[in-house]
Amino acid sequence: MSLVQVLFYIMGFIAVASAIFVAATKSLVRSIFMFFITLFALAGLYVLALADFVAITQVVIYVGGILVLILFAFMLSGKETLNYISQQRKQFMNISKLPALLLAGLFLVVLLNMIFKVDAGNLAWIKRSIENKNVITPNAAMTENIGVNLMTSYLLPFEAISILLLVALVGAAHLSRKEPQS
Amino acid sequence: MISLTDFLVVSAVLFCIGLYMIVSKHNAIQILIGIELMLNAAILNLAAFGKYDKLNNGGQMFALFAIVLAAATTAVALAIILNVYKKYKTIDPGKIDSLKD
Repeated sequence: MSLVQVLFYIMGFIAVASAIFVAATKSLVRSIFMFFITLFALAGLYVLALADFVAITQVVIYVGGILVLILFAFMLSGKETLNYISQQRKQFMNISKLPALLLAGLFLVVLLNMIFKVDAGNLAWIKRSIENKNVITPNAAMTENIGVNLMTSYLLPFEAISILLLVALVGAAHLSRKEPQS
Repeated sequence: MISLTDFLVVSAVLFCIGLYMIVSKHNAIQILIGIELMLNAAILNLAAFGKYDKLNNGGQMFALFAIVLAAATTAVALAIILNVYKKYKTIDPGKIDSLKD
């Protein structure tokens, strides 16, 4: 077992365990802070998938942007939310959680069954890509290639997503403005 | 090296945890976190398969697009949650049961 594999299992375990903690804990603030750990572990997994630029973007946008946004929205929404959240039901295993647990578990069984049946390492296009040496190697610097591709073959999606981001941010600012006093 | 199946298993588990959060939680912010978990599971798949596309970088590119889209979604969703909280004084989606008028 190589070092990369050991690192992968550690990262995967941290990601899954902290995600389970996020789902299981009663305290909302604790679950948000634990979600940090999940996102960092996922960034580590992206690095092990040789997608280092995606990992950096994950850390910058998710951890630096989205989570801080969630925290701000949570802290700004007032004391009542905090009280409301702290007075949730106490018992560990609620019977109303059972259908959700069943749904998620059965879906997991279906997904795992499909994953082991499809045997992704032996797909036709992946074999072809290995034959053509079209595989990213650990010593390749892919960021330059990503930049060139972003400005050539993916220019239309890039522009579309920039317009969409602008629209979404203007919409968010419009939604959260103060109502004019009338 | 790490096989593709390992990545797929990790992302399937994360996806199901997100699904469980979305179905079972009584709090809009936690549901949002569940959605983010599912998105991250999908992005992990994109990054893992993107390893086999060195020339075009299809997987990594769309992983980047998905991250940006997630940021836009979260901003709008949090603004909506704040508005809903102002109007109903709760963010439990089960208790929000009336339209504007």
